Amino acid sequence: MERIPILKMGEFVLVSIQVDMHDQLAMTLQDDLTAQIVRSRAKGVLIDISALEIVDSFIGRMLGNIASMARVLDAETVVVGMRPAVAITLVELGMALPGVKTALNVERGMELLRATLGTPVETGRAPAESPNGHPQN
Amino acid sequence: MGILRTEKLAVDSADDIVRVRQVVRAWAIERRFSLVDQTKLVTAASELARNMLLYAGGGTVELESLEEQGRHGLRLTFEDHGPGIADIGLAMKDGYTTGSGLGLGLGGAKRLVNEFDIQSRPGVGTSIRIARWR
Repeated sequence: MERIPILKMGEFVLVSIQVDMHDQLAMTLQDDLTAQIVRSRAKGVLIDISALEIVDSFIGRMLGNIASMARVLDAETVVVGMRPAVAITLVELGMALPGVKTALNVERGMELLRATLGTPVETGRAPAESPNGHPQN
Repeated sequence: MGILRTEKLAVDSADDIVRVRQVVRAWAIERRFSLVDQTKLVTAASELARNMLLYAGGGTVELESLEEQGRHGLRLTFEDHGPGIADIGLAMKDGYTTGSGLGLGLGGAKRLVNEFDIQSRPGVGTSIRIARWR
């Protein structure tokens, strides 16, 4: 069966939706994600929808459901990368995705999750010492 | 008003909803709709195709490419032989649903297009015609 891959990264789980989802695939993703949150004890969920050309009420409802279920399981959800045309359409449709945190892109979404969870931002390397003894930027 | 081209699609399964979205998108691109207009029409089509599948067990969508006084448009007609809608005014209201959805389909779809016409007879079926002009 077709599935959308879910990646685990530290205390987060990441999903990037790259296909035009039929309804069953959306339902499967909802189930898989909640199972993965529990299995990996994730504290944050990041869903990248930058490849989605539309979000109709069904997909919108799925995103809302995932955020609600994750919250009950003690995890925060951020939806990132919504295209401008999709945002305009979604609001006119009557769905402003209440209860779903959003961010412009993956990077901002990760920052938002870390800020919400109080996790320090990883810089990837130890700060180097400058000659005058202060850390360099 | 000239009808330049027509095509009819069957909606019998959830996969057909995806197919309707793809074909409507291709037509909207061909008619040189803006990205926002494409997205609105495809989203409206997705809502109405799903409604047809959920409440009538399926139906058909007819696409028509229109030209009127130099304007280009697309018209979609969703036709089913389901139970029909007893109270159209109520069905159009946001938040009203007899199913498990959000009740945004009909009213939401209407807001996304320029023309919206609904005819329904209980026990006979429903026909919804929408159009969007460039």
